[in-house]
Amino acid sequence: MSPAERFARLPDLLANDSDLRRRGRWLDVDCRIDIGADSFHLAIRQGALATLERGPRLMRATSFSIRGTDEAWRQHWRKVPEPGWHDLFALSKRGAASMEGDLRPLLQNLQYFKDLLALPRRLTEED
Amino acid sequence: MAPVFEPMIGRYLRLEIEGLPHRVYFEEAGQGIPLVCLHTAGADNRQYRHLLADPEITGRFRVLAFDMPWHGKSTPPDGWQAGEYRLTTASYTAAIRAFCRALELDRPAVMGCSIGGRIVLNLAIAHAAEFRALIALEAADFQQPWYDTAWLHRPDVHGGEVCAALVSGLIAPHSPPVNRHETLWMYMQGGPGVFKGDLYFYRVDGDLREKVKEIDTKVCPLYLLTGEYDFSCTADDTLRTASQIPGVEVQIMKEVGHFPMSENPAKFREYILPVLAKIS
Repeated sequence: MSPAERFARLPDLLANDSDLRRRGRWLDVDCRIDIGADSFHLAIRQGALATLERGPRLMRATSFSIRGTDEAWRQHWRKVPEPGWHDLFALSKRGAASMEGDLRPLLQNLQYFKDLLALPRRLTEED
Repeated sequence: MAPVFEPMIGRYLRLEIEGLPHRVYFEEAGQGIPLVCLHTAGADNRQYRHLLADPEITGRFRVLAFDMPWHGKSTPPDGWQAGEYRLTTASYTAAIRAFCRALELDRPAVMGCSIGGRIVLNLAIAHAAEFRALIALEAADFQQPWYDTAWLHRPDVHGGEVCAALVSGLIAPHSPPVNRHETLWMYMQGGPGVFKGDLYFYRVDGDLREKVKEIDTKVCPLYLLTGEYDFSCTADDTLRTASQIPGVEVQIMKEVGHFPMSENPAKFREYILPVLAKIS
């Protein structure tokens, strides 16, 4: 399964994590996550995923974007990631990911987003 | 049933640091060689609670861990409200030396982590003869910044939560969840702007490139230990630093991150006991 295909499973993964939704309950935001060349638009409402749209959306306004290479996400989602691939900021420090836009909602809910973006780690490598 | 006490005792110490009266909280346990432990930026001495409760260490060492002024149960100096907190190489060095002097410690060993590790390098550069041995955890002469510290202290972002969330990635995936979250809890409890003020020392004032070449390990032995999952002070940062210091002993710790003593006490023990054996 490609990294983008794994990320497309996010709705189920988040639906099964009531604690993460609880921690994000104050959060309403539209943001964009790029998995390699694939872009995903997330509409988050009260910590839950209202919609996850895959593919380019012309002129779609987003609060912020997080972009990572396929390699970055593949490594990040290994069951036990290697040093330097195990955290969003480790990825950005090595130049494999970037954060752009209005970062305020990201920083206000940083642990939520780190945990959200790590959810595909729960899928086994064969899924 | 008898009460179950842990072995460390906590006290408040009155002392002057850079001419200002301070009230500093510290904990100690054990007897023998004084071993002063320095916590990371934005945290407090609880990071060393496992060392303070380890009979194999406290049988040979008098372990002392103090909360830096502004941290934990050490209050800021009077009048703190009128300015912004900024730790400097001078003020940090002065605090450590004042603590050792006030307790009349005879050539103590000092172990510090992160900013505590960086200042240990400065002790090795400028005050080596005062110490028996120096241990720098997660330390380097310089590290590349990986986020903007302006996010750490502003009214629209919860300071404690953003500090903890940022540093959470510095903990190794292998570290037990209980220890991970206890480590993060200390970050959540830091005072407003304190972590940011500590990082002023780390990022602006404490650049030790070139200066580490002055370290003479014949005057005082120096040990560097860094966790492989620390991407703030990377293994390469520590190895680069070590390569400039003849006689230094350096080790990269497997399956450990930026907070070895608190994120994985059992694993850290495997690495630190042999170092302490050399000192004693």
